Formats: sequence, C-alpha cells, structure tokens
Amino acid sequence: MDALIVTDLVKRFEAVTAVDRISFSLAPGTTVGLLGGNGAGKTTTISMLLGILLPDQGRIWALGHDMARDRFAALARMNYSSPYVALPMRLTVAENLRVYGHLYNVPQLERRIRHLVEEFNLGDFLHRRAGALSAGQKTRVALAKALINQPDLLLLDEPTASLDPDTADYVRTRLEIYQRASGAAILLASHNMAEVERLCTDVLMLKSGRIVDHGTPGDLIARYGRADLEDVFLQIARFGAHGVGA
Amino acid sequence: MQSARRVWGLMYRHLCLYRKSWPRLLELGYWPTLELLIWGFTARFLSNEHPGPVMAIGASLIGGVLLWEVALRAQIGVTLSFLEEIWSRNLGHVFVSPLRPHELILSLLGVSVMRALVGLTPATILAALLYHFNVFAIGPMLILLMLNLFLMGWWMALLVISLLFRYGASAEALAWTLAFGLTPVACVFYPITALPVWLRPVAVALPAEHIFAGMRAALAQHAPAWGPLGSAFALNMMWSLIAVLVFAAQFRAARRTGALISIGE
Repeated sequence: MDALIVTDLVKRFEAVTAVDRISFSLAPGTTVGLLGGNGAGKTTTISMLLGILLPDQGRIWALGHDMARDRFAALARMNYSSPYVALPMRLTVAENLRVYGHLYNVPQLERRIRHLVEEFNLGDFLHRRAGALSAGQKTRVALAKALINQPDLLLLDEPTASLDPDTADYVRTRLEIYQRASGAAILLASHNMAEVERLCTDVLMLKSGRIVDHGTPGDLIARYGRADLEDVFLQIARFGAHGVGA
Repeated sequence: MQSARRVWGLMYRHLCLYRKSWPRLLELGYWPTLELLIWGFTARFLSNEHPGPVMAIGASLIGGVLLWEVALRAQIGVTLSFLEEIWSRNLGHVFVSPLRPHELILSLLGVSVMRALVGLTPATILAALLYHFNVFAIGPMLILLMLNLFLMGWWMALLVISLLFRYGASAEALAWTLAFGLTPVACVFYPITALPVWLRPVAVALPAEHIFAGMRAALAQHAPAWGPLGSAFALNMMWSLIAVLVFAAQFRAARRTGALISIGE
C-alpha cells in the first residue's frame, strides 16, 4: 500500500488558487521531490498533507488513514522538518527531544534520544539552548526531532536550506541511511536541484499550484534535453512544461 | 495513557522554561504580591480609622484580592503559555504532532494551575504575616471558590485564544487585559448594589459576582453560601460551553484559512 495517496487536491485563498487539482502517490521506501518556484504551492501542499490546513477539495490518505477523519492516527507515524518552523529556543537540545518524544509517545525515550545523539553527533551541544546553536547544528537537531518517532512518512521542507555543502551532505547521507533502514517514504520540497537528483526517485514539477510535469530526475533531464535538473527547472519556470502533466 | 503522556509533554516544555529562569518565577508572584500590598494597606487604614464593621470590609478586600488573582492568573497562565508557542514559532510543530486540540488545552490548564499556585503562595503568606488574614479560615469552601475562579479564568483564556486564531498576534494584548478589564463588574471588593442599576445585569451574568458574594457571606457568617456558589458554577458551565464552541469553530476556521501557519506574523 502507498504511504501517501493524494487525489484532486484543491486549495483556494479567496480569488487565488494555490493548489489546483493535484494528485500523486508515494510508495514506501521512495523519495519524491516537490519542485517549483516561490508561490508554486509546495508549502501549501505540505501543510494540507500535515492536516494543519484544510483542503477545499480532494482527499489525502496517509499511511492508510483518511486525513479528513483520522489525521491523528497518521500523524503519530509521520513527522516533519522545516527550517521555517523553529523548536523552542530557550529549551536545550535534550529538553526539546524529550518534549517531542512525549508528544509522539516514543517508547524507551531516553534510549531513543541517546541513539539520535550518537547518530547526529549532538553530544557536544546536547545541553545547550536550541537558540544558541549554529544553523548547521539547528538543522541536525531538527532532523533528530523529525526522526524521533521513527516515522514511516517524512515530510521535509527545504531541509538543507542555508547549510554549508559539508553539513548539507551530512544531512542527505543521514536521510539516505534512515530510509534504507526503515523503508520510510519521504516527500522533499527543495530548491536544491543537486539534492533532488541525489535523493529523489521521482519528481513532481509544480507551477501555479498545478503539477505540470513529473518523472524520475533522469527522465526529466532527457525529456527536456538539458544537462541537469536545474536547467529543467529553469525551462519549466520560464517557458512552461511539455511533459506528462502539461 | 498515551493522551496523558502527550499532555505531560507540553507541560514539561513549559516547566523547563520556569526551571531555569528566575525572572519568570519572580514575575509569577510579582503582581499578586503587589496587588495584595496595595489592598492590604488600604484595608489596614480603613480598619484603623473605622474599627468595627469596617474590619469585615478589610477582610473582604484582602480575601477579594487574593481570590480574584486566582482567576486572573488562571487566564493569563493559559494565554501566555499559548503565546509562548507563537513567539517561539513552535506551533507548526505542535499542531502537526499527534497532540489533539483538547490535549493542548489540558496541558495549558495544567501549566496555569502551577503558575497560579506558585504565584499566589508569596501573597498568601504575606497576607497572614502583614495583615493577619488567613485565607484558609474560609474553610473547605475555599476549594469550591477556587475551582469556580479557575473555571472562570479558563473560559476567558479559551476566548482569548480563539481571538488569537481569528486576529493573530495583534490580539495578544487581550491576554493581559481581558480579565483585568472585567474587574469593575466582577464585584470583587463591593456588593452588586454598589453598581448602577443598568450595569447589574452584566455583573449577574458573570460567575465572579456570585463567587465574591459567596466569599463575603462565608467570611461574615463562617458558613458555606451554597446559593451563590451554585449560581457561579452554573454560569461557569454555560460560559465554558460557549468558550469551547467558539474555540472549536475558530480552530477549524484557522485550519481553513491557514491562520495556524501564519499566526505569529
């Protein structure tokens, strides 16, 4: 069964249609990239998938649960990370992980935290306030929080934004390791095309709230006759798509 | 069990803040103590100048200020804890966790109880030391009075949070002012007959008038005043139901409009 099934999702804000009849699915163990320029509808889509924003139309099934009726059962097995949503900055890293461990009812929490501390190398700043961390350290903590409940479905909104190449690579590697070990499905919204090419098995190209094309990164590059995904992105942003969903 | 753990998770988040910040702890007791000192010295002055029946008025003033602080602290405790989530831009994580809205409310209520008890302890001790006023002399009825005052503080807080959902952080000033603004019609320090006739229906509609009528009766007669307490409880139930319905409607509206994502902006 697919980890995520989205059908005919629509969201309007007064006269603006932010998301316009999008449908897609996400199989366990795969990573799908959600690409598009600013205002393409990525964050609105992710917000609806997380249940924090109600769609005007369409259905979302996450991990077998209808998000309109039973979202909390799905949310317990999902998690989310975005550099635009902070963790309480006056709490230490350990306290933050403990808070979210309780919210997600993580069994043997202290053991899980120790594992994440080791996995993400958080030991040196475990008892430092989250607000006093560097951007790279914050991202590692946010990712540790996102994996605290060992989610089967992980939604990531620009997980490596504003990170130096070394830290960004570290984060991508941790995500790959986690997915290989857990079989989790990952939905990744990103503006970093190299990251998408590396992590994603499939890519959804969003423009003005619509999926204008989709395919594997290799398929898209071949179909548009471009050198890389960044060129494909620019082609679609400036001249429109001519692919499957156009 | 899982629900209790989620409630504790959010309570723990707020306890961590107080555990390591003495200014926050100091702030909890600051206003109740200040109010007590102002009204306590006023009561002492009245008692010294006019001994006799005015002494009972003095006790009513000190009892009034201590108990009204329960409602104020209950309301502020809930709304400030919610605002804390907005200020730290953490609501996005909280609302996409399995924490149900009623669990969020329960954890905020729990934090408000702790805040109120910690904040009122210095004022209660000072009332006994400086003015020889023992709030526990009210007897077991004190528990019922406090329960009613907590309930009143909580439904007011739910209404403020509903306004925050509707109007965003621009409504945050209400967190401090709503309950305090009701003080004139709460009849904390005087009976309802002190109000102009046209204002009395407003006072009657609020549990506070009945609670403090009950408190004054208990102080004067050393016996429970079941009538006013029953009225206060019934009104609290009615207002709580209204507040829960308004909260649920505004929460759903916020999910529809996207206000949960942009509430702090």
